[in-house]
Amino acid sequence: MEVDDCDDGARWSGRWNHLQKILERNGPFVHPDFEPSPDILDFMLNSCKVLVVGAGGLGCELLKDLSLMGLRHIHVIDMDTIDLSNLNRQFLFRQCDIGKPKAEVAASFINKRVKGSKTFSHFCRIQDHDSSFYKQFHIVVCGLDSIVARRWINGMLISLLEYDEDGNLDPSSLIPLVDGGTEGFKGNARVILPGMNACMDCTLDLYPPQVNFPMCTIAHTPRQPEHCIEYVKIFQWEKEKPFGDIAIDGDDPDHIKWICKAASTRADEYGIQGVNYRLTQGVIKRIIPAVASTNAVIAAACANEVFKLATSCSIPLNNYMVFNDTNGVYTYTFEAERNEQCLACNNTPRNLSFKPDALLREVVDFLCQDNSLQMKSPGLTTTIEGLNKTLYMKNIPSLEAATRPNLSKSLKDLGIVDGQEVIVADVTTPNSLRFKIKFNDDVTSS
Amino acid sequence: MIKLFSLKQQKKDEVAVGGSHAGKSKPTAAQLRLTKDLNELQLPKTCKTEFPDPNNLLKFKLIINPDEGYYVGGEFTFSFTVGLSYPHEAPKVKCETRVYHPNIDLEGNVCLNILREDWKPVLTINSVIYGIQYLFLEPNPEDPLNKEAAEVLSTNKRQFSQNVVRSMRGGYVGSVYFERCLK
Ligand SMILES: [Zn+2]
Repeated sequence: MEVDDCDDGARWSGRWNHLQKILERNGPFVHPDFEPSPDILDFMLNSCKVLVVGAGGLGCELLKDLSLMGLRHIHVIDMDTIDLSNLNRQFLFRQCDIGKPKAEVAASFINKRVKGSKTFSHFCRIQDHDSSFYKQFHIVVCGLDSIVARRWINGMLISLLEYDEDGNLDPSSLIPLVDGGTEGFKGNARVILPGMNACMDCTLDLYPPQVNFPMCTIAHTPRQPEHCIEYVKIFQWEKEKPFGDIAIDGDDPDHIKWICKAASTRADEYGIQGVNYRLTQGVIKRIIPAVASTNAVIAAACANEVFKLATSCSIPLNNYMVFNDTNGVYTYTFEAERNEQCLACNNTPRNLSFKPDALLREVVDFLCQDNSLQMKSPGLTTTIEGLNKTLYMKNIPSLEAATRPNLSKSLKDLGIVDGQEVIVADVTTPNSLRFKIKFNDDVTSS
Repeated sequence: MIKLFSLKQQKKDEVAVGGSHAGKSKPTAAQLRLTKDLNELQLPKTCKTEFPDPNNLLKFKLIINPDEGYYVGGEFTFSFTVGLSYPHEAPKVKCETRVYHPNIDLEGNVCLNILREDWKPVLTINSVIYGIQYLFLEPNPEDPLNKEAAEVLSTNKRQFSQNVVRSMRGGYVGSVYFERCLK
């Protein structure tokens, strides 16, 4: 009798037949480097580590797709807890889960439902993990609704890139980022190979800033129910402090009820219809209605790309897919281009060697005197242990006075460590430059 | 197109215990951009900036002393808060000095198009400061936040000018009290 512990799912005979057909045979459309082999399936099932960022609408779909596809070492990270309004589309959650962390409930659902899955959850912010955490993954998939979070992940993966002396990218340091996004009936999926193709920041204009109504429209000439709600949010809340001196909490029903009531009164004054609780919460939380089917389509496209990247069986999406089914079904793929001026990816730090006891003044002098830099009045900032630090700013009198003493301090005393990244802005370059301070006991500069 | 994972080195290392802090010490795109903006700040001679915490460039104050126009002789302080999504989103600006102005309300909200509907990432801190300075040179009754002030400005410029002077000296305009802000 066989032992009943087959956590590779092999008891379901033929469980991986469909993948074996793709991964163990050649074909006309395979990736040029593809070599069919049973090892690829083994890699997928047993080694490939994928991070899913976000366990919301897209995240639930992604976790389901990826784990059913055979990826078993999935980590999921999300800082949110489950809300009643999530349950219509975030199908890994039940009513009894309300209030619990999304990441934890999602992971345990997947582990229970999909044999062999070892999904790990992280109930925290993405910023709570450092590079040593992100380094462990082969692929990162994002199902987020926040541009800031996307840019942070993008920046993190770019910072993990390693280059050799000649500036060639070490491919083993590259972690592909598959990003999905949805907004109502519209969505997009993209593949970012950090340092190789367009990154999130290269294409920031594809994500328009949120709509802000003109202040004077809100104040004096409202025409839409949204204007009335914004009015209460911007003007009345701070003035009347209905719940004391606290910020609006979009998840607190009492807050939303109060805003809704005040906005209705204002709407009545101007003969505007349509202020209600749902709209109020929508405006306050800037909710864009989520459509389950859009999430499903985009997550499937992302999962498909993860499969291609993990197995090299086919050429990945190059590199941006748009989906829209507002009227009929429309989809389109284009190659988003790298931005030569991109602050995130076209800005690999240059190494500077100094002794740990070198003074900051020596660094500034070097930046001005070095033939390849010849800066005029560089401003230097850095980040130490997550906190920004202004090293020296010459052009703003108050900052210059405050940071002048730093010039006579040593790098070590300023808290700079070996490999520290320093931002330098100067009129001679269109963007800030990044430098990595390398401590060296023999050399003053390189 | 590179082949991403050579099967020989397919296993990634586990999380290093007490790993590097490179992630936490990595500059953000907002910081890169703001450092640039501030290093290249070219303030008109009527403006200066103050940083309560010199290490936190994300929060600072702008002090304007208009040298012409209705507000000549006054001193007005604005607080700037730059978010992590800068320059994708505009900085948040509030006027901390109570001012009799058609485009600034008594709570310090400022009606300046480039702070809201016309913000674009190519704009800089400098553009915002010039925009605010312009509000003091050319108060605009068309887009009022302080409706009463706007109405006076469009119907009786002399009266408006007198009201501004009275407010800056410290005193009532109508039922509203203004602290003295003459320099
Ligand atoms: Zn880029």
